[in-house]
Amino acid sequence: MNGFFTDEDGRFAPRLSLRLRFGRLFQLLSLAAVTLGLFLLSVLLLDIILDGYKWLRPEFFTEFPSRFPEKSGLRSALQGSLWMIGLTALVAFPIGVGAAIYLEEYASDNWFTRFIEINISNLAGVPSIIYGLLGLGLFVRGLELGRSVLAGSMTMALLVLPILIVSGREAIRAVPQSVRHASLALGATKWQTVQHHVLPYAMPGILTGTILAMSRAIGETAPLITIGALTYIRFDLKGPLDLFTVLPIQIFNWVSLPKAEFQQLAAAGIIVLLAVLLSMNALAIVLRNRLQIRW
Amino acid sequence: MTKSVRSLLFVFVAASLLLAACGAPATPETVTVVQTQIVEVPVEQTGPVEGTILVDGSSTVAPITAAVAEEFQAEYPEVRVPVGISGTGGGFKKFCNGETDISDASRPIKESETETCAANNIEYIELPVAFDGLAVLVNPQNDFVSCLTVEELKKIWSPEAEGVITNWNQVREGFPDRPLALYGAGTDSGTYDYFTQAIVGEEGASRGDFLPSEDDNVLVQGIAGDPNALGFFGLAYYEENADKLKLVAIDNGDGNCVEPNAETVASGTYQPLSRPLFIYVNRERIDQKDEISAFIEFYLKNAGTLSAEVGYIPLTDEIYALAQKRYDARITGSIFEGLGSTVGVSLTDLLAKEK
Amino acid sequence: MQESKLVTNAVLLRGRADHDRREKIIRAVLLLFAAVSILTTLGIIAVLLQETILFFQEVSIIEFFTETRWTPLFASKKFGVLPLVNGTILVAAGAMFIALPLGLLSAIYLSEYASDRARKILKPLLEVLAGVPTVVYGYFALTFITPLLQKIWPETQAFNGLSASIVMGFMILPLVASLSEDAMSAVPGSLREAAYALGATRLEVTLRTVVPAALSGISAAFILAVSRAIGETMIVAIAAGQQPKLTLNPLQSIETMTAYIVQVSLGDTPQQSIAYKTIFAVGMLLFLMTLVMNLFSNWITRRYREVYE
Repeated sequence: MNGFFTDEDGRFAPRLSLRLRFGRLFQLLSLAAVTLGLFLLSVLLLDIILDGYKWLRPEFFTEFPSRFPEKSGLRSALQGSLWMIGLTALVAFPIGVGAAIYLEEYASDNWFTRFIEINISNLAGVPSIIYGLLGLGLFVRGLELGRSVLAGSMTMALLVLPILIVSGREAIRAVPQSVRHASLALGATKWQTVQHHVLPYAMPGILTGTILAMSRAIGETAPLITIGALTYIRFDLKGPLDLFTVLPIQIFNWVSLPKAEFQQLAAAGIIVLLAVLLSMNALAIVLRNRLQIRW
Repeated sequence: MTKSVRSLLFVFVAASLLLAACGAPATPETVTVVQTQIVEVPVEQTGPVEGTILVDGSSTVAPITAAVAEEFQAEYPEVRVPVGISGTGGGFKKFCNGETDISDASRPIKESETETCAANNIEYIELPVAFDGLAVLVNPQNDFVSCLTVEELKKIWSPEAEGVITNWNQVREGFPDRPLALYGAGTDSGTYDYFTQAIVGEEGASRGDFLPSEDDNVLVQGIAGDPNALGFFGLAYYEENADKLKLVAIDNGDGNCVEPNAETVASGTYQPLSRPLFIYVNRERIDQKDEISAFIEFYLKNAGTLSAEVGYIPLTDEIYALAQKRYDARITGSIFEGLGSTVGVSLTDLLAKEK
Repeated sequence: MQESKLVTNAVLLRGRADHDRREKIIRAVLLLFAAVSILTTLGIIAVLLQETILFFQEVSIIEFFTETRWTPLFASKKFGVLPLVNGTILVAAGAMFIALPLGLLSAIYLSEYASDRARKILKPLLEVLAGVPTVVYGYFALTFITPLLQKIWPETQAFNGLSASIVMGFMILPLVASLSEDAMSAVPGSLREAAYALGATRLEVTLRTVVPAALSGISAAFILAVSRAIGETMIVAIAAGQQPKLTLNPLQSIETMTAYIVQVSLGDTPQQSIAYKTIFAVGMLLFLMTLVMNLFSNWITRRYREVYE
């Protein structure tokens, strides 16, 4: 019986030191895998910061985009992004939370429920540009909203809905059954239980999920390009039916202009976008840690 | 954090700093912006100028319209002028549907589009606003090309050349034995359409094995880095990168090699690669919305200065005057009706013809 | 105490029938919200199908799937979708070469080797990698990675599939890591302890006990990663190119299905033309591909999931 673990006498040879050495090697390898990704990330961040940090001055946030790089700023893009997140949250939050409540509290385990669940998990994987085509056909043309920030937000709402529903369900599922049972035992109806007991306890998790969904929406470009949001905007956004632009699209615009300064402006814009994203993610993590209730 | 993790972190922060610092960031030098001489336009009417003017269309013309809109909105802050970039064709579709007031176009309106407009009772006024020159570029290390004829360009770019004309020595006798690396505007752009129309003779007809890009900056980088390169894109991008590229003069068959610049394009000597850019205005809206007529007046008066600022070539004063006359008389319809394309056509002649 | 008394009193005073009706209405409304997802899918199919049908009235399906050239924007139009599919799969495959092994290794490190403190720091950092907008990744690929590649292989074109693949791989890595880690932490400690008790080293426990036990979750993660790579748009639109071609060479410029849709949406194509309809046909194909992958992933999880205890 010859083999790796057999010595000359045919007895079991543990070869422990060799196996442990392999183990150490593997540990280093897997650590390298983690750090390789982070390495790329830091190169990317440093490259962009070095390219654009000189353009980060107060005027950058208060000026509209202009044909002069020195006079260009993110004013309309920031407004557009803020409006878009606001409207998207307004539309997606009730629907997402409602759907999560239904699936966790009310739905029975039949084919219809499974169909909805498969649907949701599939929609989470649909490429964002398909949502753009949907938004174009349904909101821009069908509901005749034009290329307004409302049409863009509704398209985004559909895009982030699966994320909201999944995280909402997890948050609701985390509330122990004992809370529900106690409420029902005291004579409350199902909806009262949900409204007064389950939801308040699940809210931190739902909020975290909402923030993460919004941070996804802020960085998306493809669907908005498809619905036609490429526009030079030099005025303040006043209502949901106004034409708009958002941070990633403004960046996209600047990069294709001839002057070299616009490339750096784009890098500065990216820094702002990343800063916004990082703070949203950090907010979500802080919320999750602070408000999480340990049962 | 374990020691190994910490030391690794240190190593890669240092390494990434090193790698990232390889890029050369430029300082935003305090550029003294020469105060552009903006021609003010007195708006005669009662009440403040306000409202929204919807503009959409060509991404080539958009920078000009956006520059005009920028100055106009500085002048009249109550007017909003969003300038969309749906492309010339997309812009016309919206325009002929009544969804926009002004359409930017890098080519004249096509017959099918005119029919759509007519079907929707939309009359338009066609106004030229600037010239766009298409430059042909090679790498600065290329020392054997300084002038190419249209015939040679056609040989290089026609569909039959795909896979066949792959070497510089096939273009002209005496050219060295070097592979041909082609770069050009994306196939979905007006620039590409115009180039193929002017050089090959049919819109959209070209070989497929060239490197296309919608972003002309990428073409600049590509040509600047490839000694065997030959490419074409808008003049504005050449002027911003003149130190990285070499311009090729074009011989339109008469033996004269002409380089594109403000003069040669405006006077029409740089042919066939200069094209006029247009805006189309909804005739009815001019009377309905005061701000539109104010905007058009402003546009025509300032297009010369502003188009030069964003890298295009102003029309001659004569043509601007003719365009102004056209606008004042509210003449609708296209002067290119039945002509199909603008290659080799003189704006002055066409505009002067209609009296 | 006061509050619950009031609530209980209100409940008693209201009456059963009233509440039942309210409950029914609320349930219906919530069901409607959940059904929005179905409506979305139906909407997508409707929008895509409408134009796709019009497209196939002018172009034969056979040509679509067998012709080897894709030139709807040229004068001589050919409508073979294979080059686009080739581009998509080439870039996705390259991305998977990076995302799958590195993602799995990262997951293993995080779940089996990392200390609590290390995990608390590394995990959010990895999520940042996933959170960077794809536009940013696209430009990073174009302006940083491609020149780097050109130094190593000078024949690399200004647009190429490889730099898009590399960047996409790192973007998807956290997805693989996170899902794999979830799958591995679901493996109960008793299995690990049993392996240790039999004398296995940490490496052996991981590779021969934990990973096989978590295999269904890990495979699902892999399939989702592929689906994500296929559907990625901006990175390829910016860095991979606009030249559809049938090639296995990642150093050349190619075009993916998603990049083509963006190109035409941004461009000058008149909207009644056949070229415009192509984006819906390509979109439909894309939707079907990702649908099949997602269903497959679901099925694998369901079929092969080991339920412990």
